[in-house]
Amino acid sequence: MELLSNLALGFQTAISPLNLVYCFLGVLTGTLIGVLPGIGPVQTIAILLPATFALPPVTALIMLAGIYYGAQYGGSTTSILVNVPGEASAVVTCIDGYQMALQGRAGAALTIAALGSFVAGCFATLLLAVLAIPLSEVAFKFGPEEYFSLMVFGLIGSVVFASGSVIKAVGMVVLGLILGMVGTDVTSGTHRFSFGISELADGIGFVPLAMGLFGIAEIIKSLERRDKREVLKSKIVGFWMTKKEIKAAVPAVVRGTLTGSLLGILPGGGAILASFISYILEKKISRDPKSFGKGNIRGVASPESANNAASQTCFVPLLTLGIPSNVILAMMAGAMIIHGIQPGPRVISSNPSLFWGVIVSMWVGNLMLVILNLPLIGIWVKLLSVPYRLLYPAILLFCCIGIYSVNNNTFDIGLTAFFGLLGYVFAKLECEPAPLILGFVLGPMMEENLRRGMLLSRGDPSVFFTRPLSLAFLLMAFAMLIVIALPAIRRKREDAFHEGG
Amino acid sequence: MYIKRTKDFKSGLLFMFFGIASAVFSGTYQIGTAAKMGPGYFPFVLGGMLTLLGLVVSLRSLSRGEETRKARSLRVKPVILVLSSVILFGLLLRPLGLIFSTVILIMISSMASDEFKKKEAILSAFVLLAVVLIVFIYLLKFQIPVWPSFLTGRI
Repeated sequence: MELLSNLALGFQTAISPLNLVYCFLGVLTGTLIGVLPGIGPVQTIAILLPATFALPPVTALIMLAGIYYGAQYGGSTTSILVNVPGEASAVVTCIDGYQMALQGRAGAALTIAALGSFVAGCFATLLLAVLAIPLSEVAFKFGPEEYFSLMVFGLIGSVVFASGSVIKAVGMVVLGLILGMVGTDVTSGTHRFSFGISELADGIGFVPLAMGLFGIAEIIKSLERRDKREVLKSKIVGFWMTKKEIKAAVPAVVRGTLTGSLLGILPGGGAILASFISYILEKKISRDPKSFGKGNIRGVASPESANNAASQTCFVPLLTLGIPSNVILAMMAGAMIIHGIQPGPRVISSNPSLFWGVIVSMWVGNLMLVILNLPLIGIWVKLLSVPYRLLYPAILLFCCIGIYSVNNNTFDIGLTAFFGLLGYVFAKLECEPAPLILGFVLGPMMEENLRRGMLLSRGDPSVFFTRPLSLAFLLMAFAMLIVIALPAIRRKREDAFHEGG
Repeated sequence: MYIKRTKDFKSGLLFMFFGIASAVFSGTYQIGTAAKMGPGYFPFVLGGMLTLLGLVVSLRSLSRGEETRKARSLRVKPVILVLSSVILFGLLLRPLGLIFSTVILIMISSMASDEFKKKEAILSAFVLLAVVLIVFIYLLKFQIPVWPSFLTGRI
């Protein structure tokens, strides 16, 4: 079977000593930053991106992917033990996880979070392997019209799944697209919006933009808040679940895995959305919805499985269509391009060992996480006692060094400070920055495909509506916008985003 | 007129600012036709869209809805200290080298916290300096000037 031989190729790549070491480093770093509130996978990948330049591309991607799904594991640990989500996708885990901890069931909650994530990770890896080839074959039939419409669909998706006002999120997407225009125009060679600054001729760097909007802005916001953390005093006793808990948790893990896998593939989806939706679903179908929020193990099992499944299946659109579906995948796309690999359907055929190696490494990484996490929980909890006042200057320092080393220029550091300020203003105005980043990454591709499509049709925009696949994407995008505008759904969406808070 | 939702109103203004700026500057590049788009075409359209969106956001804030939350008091200290520590690091890295810039960055940014303790910040600056030198310079071999340029004679 082709699938088996592909997976075998992947195994060969993934278990080479170098890749194993970096996979381990990736998941370890991921867990670490997942545990620490205030620093997430986006910042970490941005900081570590320059450090991967010297590595072979496959090793670099294995490590960066490890940071992402590793963070999903780490985030749940602090949610359960301290009621502080280390990661945005672990917010819902706080609700029932912390309650379980208060009842002395912290061990069971941690175990189901880890095992659920592992099951979900295995399933998602398999799904990714099965879906990749057919999807990439579809992608080969895409012309510029289909690509353009697919990107519209993806951007609308990011709007729908962003929290807060829809129209403001659309504005952020457009602003992101405009920022993506900065630099030299590929077709004509004109310098756009560079204002005579030579560093801007190559465009705004992805790393300064992401670091500023997420890293620096987040630090300033946290410093304003001055909230104190409490570490759980009681000891963790017994990691194993009771029979009753197992019986409740197993179906929840299955449901969470399926929900998460599906939501991960959709544009705009990803780990955060998956954990929220699966929690709501679990509550909806439960015979006893009141027990949620009071330490129901299903409220931990389902979202923890879902966020891990989604953090892996969201690689599907990137690796097969070349379209990143969320901010972190946009970072991965940036990393691939820096390493000279254009994300898209060609990756599978031109770079099979990279493609399958990364997929299988996710499974290997998940196995490492289970083995790594359960014994190390004590250390993670200790880490939380490092006060924020010592942590954030260190984060700032690593950011600055990381940014400088991308291009060895200090202009990018200033640019980062500028985007830090902008990100802080956005936060004050309740404008979500994630859609902006996605617009920024897709902007140049979108313009190129629009130009090519319009050139081929001699200026007739109807081609976007007459080609069936292109029309389908546009209709889906339109349908999403309509659905979100309906009052009933809008209220639900707001509930979903405010459930944990 | 009484502005009920200041946040939305200001977001709208911000969008309009960026939108108009984008459209105006795109106008200075070649716009071209729909069939043969010049470098100014797409950003011009986007600038127009953003201006329009900004207008809608601002206008809606005037007519509908109530102030959802009272604006939290703005604290200037962390903003200024964090941003200036980053900018200073950028400005000083080439002339003064990594060692001095690191210490300056840590000291200034540490002051942004309410729980700032001078001795602790100095200690953490030196610990981090050691970590940075070992990890980035010795292990990862990043090309970063370590010492001030007047000592090494390089620019």
